[in-house]
Amino acid sequence: MSEKKATRAAFGETLVELLYEGVDVYAVDADLSGSTTTAKLAAVAPERHLNVGIAEQNMIDVAAGLSLAGKTVFTGSFAVFGTGRVYDQIRNTVCYTKLNVKITPTHAGISVGSDGGSHQMIEDIALMRALPNMRVLVPADFNSTKAALRIAAATPGPFYVRMGRANVPSLYPDTGGFELGRARILREGCDVTIVACGVEVYLALEAAELLAAEGIQAEVIDAFSLKPLDAATILASARKTGFVVTAEEHSVIGGLGEATAALLAENPGVAVKPLRRIGVQDRFGTSGEFEELFREYGLDAQAIHDVVVE
Amino acid sequence: MRDSCNFEAVQAKVAALRTDIVRMITAAGSGHPGGSLSAVEIMATLYFGGVLNYDAENPKAEARDRFILSKGHAAPVLYATLANAGYFPREELTTLRAFGSRLQGHPDSLKLPGVEVSTGSLGQGLSISSGLAYALAFPASAQSPTVFTLLGDGELQEGQVWEAAMFAAHYRLSNLVAIIDNNELQIDGAVSEVMDVRDISAKLSSFGWYVLEADGHDVRALYKELTTAKAHKEGPAVVVAHTVKGKGVSFMENQCGWHGKAPNAEQCAAALDELCAPGEAALSVSDRPADREVV
Ligand SMILES: [Mg+2]
Repeated sequence: MSEKKATRAAFGETLVELLYEGVDVYAVDADLSGSTTTAKLAAVAPERHLNVGIAEQNMIDVAAGLSLAGKTVFTGSFAVFGTGRVYDQIRNTVCYTKLNVKITPTHAGISVGSDGGSHQMIEDIALMRALPNMRVLVPADFNSTKAALRIAAATPGPFYVRMGRANVPSLYPDTGGFELGRARILREGCDVTIVACGVEVYLALEAAELLAAEGIQAEVIDAFSLKPLDAATILASARKTGFVVTAEEHSVIGGLGEATAALLAENPGVAVKPLRRIGVQDRFGTSGEFEELFREYGLDAQAIHDVVVE
Repeated sequence: MRDSCNFEAVQAKVAALRTDIVRMITAAGSGHPGGSLSAVEIMATLYFGGVLNYDAENPKAEARDRFILSKGHAAPVLYATLANAGYFPREELTTLRAFGSRLQGHPDSLKLPGVEVSTGSLGQGLSISSGLAYALAFPASAQSPTVFTLLGDGELQEGQVWEAAMFAAHYRLSNLVAIIDNNELQIDGAVSEVMDVRDISAKLSSFGWYVLEADGHDVRALYKELTTAKAHKEGPAVVVAHTVKGKGVSFMENQCGWHGKAPNAEQCAAALDELCAPGEAALSVSDRPADREVV
């Protein structure tokens, strides 16, 4: 865990790589090309980058139109606008017609920071998971974000890839080993399973260090693919530890915690102890710095540690 | 695009489409006759007047022009057109809205050949058509297929339409043609009273569109303006077609109550009497439940 980089930084860079690899790739953004980093594609192939201005509904459906001509299309904007404001366009056009559009906004979660609650999207996973034909990937670092975008590009049909603004530690040395529907075990342990996604993965690893100092061995799983969820990996770990804690920078409603809860409820007896869910507890975000917010919302390593030992 | 048009043949299709629409909505027991009947001449001119380049035998041919029904609730006029154009058997029309049918309440492109994209949630077709037109025009070519899209006048109340109108003009999408079925009614009443869209032509002109107008029930006028719009290469073009909601069935004309209501057997027979040659109206519409209102 050395070099810190924002997951969004992988976005534009991967688009350019895909283009040079021969993918017929397009990006449609809504006046946030610098922030999302899609501007990197515009710099090398301006005709493949469409800026619709501040018009997110048009962004999604222009992307839909491009995909009808066989293009592989990525959308931009911030997660709050790029999923919430355009839910109907994603539902009724992209997913209902099963189009090859990748919903890939950045700035998800409360780690957006000082912009405050209006810009801190905490229910995007719930919205996107609920859609038929939609696949949902929540990468944890720069390399896994590259892998997620590549999986989305290589797999026909709608995808949601969640990216953030905050700089987060590097967890993976390269982009290899990621698959749709597959979680990755980053640390093995026998006392508790912490299933995390996105920025919470490195915080879960930090919590595991705190727990280890107290003699508690935590197994940390990077869920990565929230839909489809890697049921086999999560259940096997739960069977081993008997205790599952989920951690996500998202509302506890409709995200990884509820997906895991459903999985455990449908497989009774696998986990001995009741599931505990780390996440935003049905409230909006607020302005602040990363550390302040993660402490306030009970999302930091200490909070994960405390839930485990409780 | 043909150099000339057999207007008698188009007019014959106009009659066939109207009777098909009335029959299929009656059979379904629900659906949208008003806005389907108002668009009949528009659809007949596009598909049977030689304006739209298509091949029903090869619905995915790359060089085809595209038609996108932005006002997806007018599915019956699209289905009747596609059936008469040979995309699927005409007998299938009376399965409209039935369980297991390819003819969904609103167009589903995953089910029915000839439907380019699923629609039904208003305000999205112009954006989709714009993205498609952009992709088809790149790399630039004189042979770029044209994308036609049909919108309702009430649909123009959706803000997204104006996002797309800006976009299409900004990117100078010269292979994009919008058609407005300007029947001046919507579900709750007159467009001017529910939420006045005012001067559609002036608005689109100020957005940078090449604006044409036509009597939407005159196939000669429609042919002239649609071919002019298709040939326009300086940016997007729109044909504002002035129409009558429920056109062709006297008791449905200009009645917003017939936006989303199916005729019962008696009303169907009366409608077909007006639309068909004597005797033809006796064709059965099946015994599926009728007179259910869609709200
Ligand atoms: Mg209308």
